[in-house]
Amino acid sequence: MTGASAGPGSVAAAIDAKKATGGALIGYLPVGFPTLSSSIDAAVAIAENGVDVIELGLPYSDPVMDGPVIQKATQRALAGGFRLAHAFEAVREIKARVPVPIVLMTYWNPVLQYGVDRFADDLDAAGGSGIITPDLIPDDAEEWIRASDRTGLDRIFLAAPSSSAQRLRMISHDSRGFVYAVSTMGITGARADVDAAARGLVSRLRDAGSERACVGLGISTAAQVREVLDYADGAIVGSALVSALDSGGVPEVARAASALALGTRLI
Amino acid sequence: MALRDASGPYFGEFGGRFVPESLVAALDELTSAYTEARADPSFRAELERLGASYTGRPSIITEVPRFAEHAGGARVILKREDLNHTGSHKINNVLGQALLTRRIGKQRVIAETGAGQHGVATATAAALLGMDCVIYMGEVDTQRQALNVARMRLLGAEVIPVTTGSRTLKDAINEAMRDWVTNVATTNYIFGTVAGPHPFPAMVRDFQKIIGEEAREQVLDLTGRLPDAVAACVGGGSNAIGIFDAFLDDEAVALYGFEAAGEGADTPRHAATISRGRPGILHGSRTYVLQDADGQTIESHSISAGLDYPGVGPEHSWLADIGRASYVPVTDAAAMDAFRLLARTEGIIPAIESAHALAGTIELGRSLGPEATILVSLSGRGDKDMETASAWFKLVDEP
Ligand SMILES: Cc1ncc(COP(=O)(O)O)c(C=O)c1O
Repeated sequence: MTGASAGPGSVAAAIDAKKATGGALIGYLPVGFPTLSSSIDAAVAIAENGVDVIELGLPYSDPVMDGPVIQKATQRALAGGFRLAHAFEAVREIKARVPVPIVLMTYWNPVLQYGVDRFADDLDAAGGSGIITPDLIPDDAEEWIRASDRTGLDRIFLAAPSSSAQRLRMISHDSRGFVYAVSTMGITGARADVDAAARGLVSRLRDAGSERACVGLGISTAAQVREVLDYADGAIVGSALVSALDSGGVPEVARAASALALGTRLI
Repeated sequence: MALRDASGPYFGEFGGRFVPESLVAALDELTSAYTEARADPSFRAELERLGASYTGRPSIITEVPRFAEHAGGARVILKREDLNHTGSHKINNVLGQALLTRRIGKQRVIAETGAGQHGVATATAAALLGMDCVIYMGEVDTQRQALNVARMRLLGAEVIPVTTGSRTLKDAINEAMRDWVTNVATTNYIFGTVAGPHPFPAMVRDFQKIIGEEAREQVLDLTGRLPDAVAACVGGGSNAIGIFDAFLDDEAVALYGFEAAGEGADTPRHAATISRGRPGILHGSRTYVLQDADGQTIESHSISAGLDYPGVGPEHSWLADIGRASYVPVTDAAAMDAFRLLARTEGIIPAIESAHALAGTIELGRSLGPEATILVSLSGRGDKDMETASAWFKLVDEP
């Protein structure tokens, strides 16, 4: 593990800082939705309202892990002219305004086309902390593992309830920053119940040697955040924030973030 | 190593599994079930029995001399997958995967479909084996191929129109993958072509390679030698790899895949993935993809819904890169001319997909000359295409 990815300002430090008081809130918003500048304002707003780590999604034409809310938002961003270079612009500007670590969430083809090394260098230079890779598994990630080791960027792989013990060991070993534990078998989108499967998965991840496990998919209320933080190190919220931004703009997404953040405090 | 032995996950640098972790367990389960099944004589016997008693295998070959006069006088021999039950080669793969689904113990199958041929074949197999069946189809295609939607519903399948993205085959695959990620415990995904994550490219090829195995023997019987060239249309590439496979290690046999050039491979409206794309990732596989500089998939265009796909199977990408097979674009107009020519000279109405291979064969025959023999995959029949053909050739009188 490199110093850069564990030191002050890192994702690991941001999550560890919240361990004693409940746990971390990780907030997802797509770059370029509804516009590039509003998406930057929205990310700043959630960071100022209790989000500990920002997850910036890069719009992609074929987002197989995403449910309808995020699909609609990212399709609008693409129609509005989203380009990959905007991601680095967004990271740079958000970092200039709030001291919160930022990870990108991106399907792999855009990174591959940009050039894995070049992408890593540009993200690092912009002040980004790492990448969540929904369709890249460690088995096929050799080039990214090398580039992230070289730059010290975090590599956040997903773990699923269906993953074998052997795969969880590989995922824990190859991830840095945290492991993204998929709460349920499925795609992004708000759900009434965050599956019991998530609790079991986090405990299996701990057995597999994972230092930080954050749970995502389906979390949309402060109560669910609290429930997840009972056993996990972080709760990841996406669709609920995107819906808020869609319906009420930056003020509404700020309100949604601070409401969700109530779930991170011990009571 | 013989080229035929390539079994994934990688074909050269192409293939792999670029999928959410949630699908890995299911893909592993499928891979090991398939590995066991292919070594199990009872599985192979059951598949052969269905081939003979349900599909109508072996499919015949037909020499087409009147058509061949337009192809430089070369001998042209068609492998008649159009005569299969449900009207195309798609049934070969579907029966294999449906039997595998039963073996794994799952009761629900899902599939994507573009033209509707794979959807109809899957709905057919589900009816035959008593499984629940859901077919994802782009909303645009449900309108283009309304009769196939009716066929699937008649067979008892639920057809879900997909309204995201470009509302065509590519988006139907995304939606089927989302269903699979969510319902993987009860559901098997019957993928329609040799694209997608491992094990689909190798497994679908294995279920389709019967086409070339039969044809190789049949052509040897008829002509006493191997063909000089083998031709097929390429959407995802399953009928092409199916007929190529038996010839991969016969160096003297040239292999030609004909891609859909739509309005022209140099216009923005085409589906010539290998000719005009770049290596990238689509639907779980590293392969040639039509994409922009940022890696966003570009929508494809073809008059033929079955070839209207911006990706291609990874084995084809590999065969193109090592120079074992050539991939050549064929326009809508050339395909439609060949479609009518085969009907008028031989009394066979091909699928518009297959007509791309016929158009390519005309050019190929002219360059190879009268001494050459060309084996062509006639992957499907044209009944489903009569509306498109009527509009193109103005076959129905205006009221
Ligand atoms: C008759 C026919 N041929 C060819 C294709 C293209 O698929 P593939 O390239 O996998 O053979 C289709 C697809 O729907 C089809 O229906």
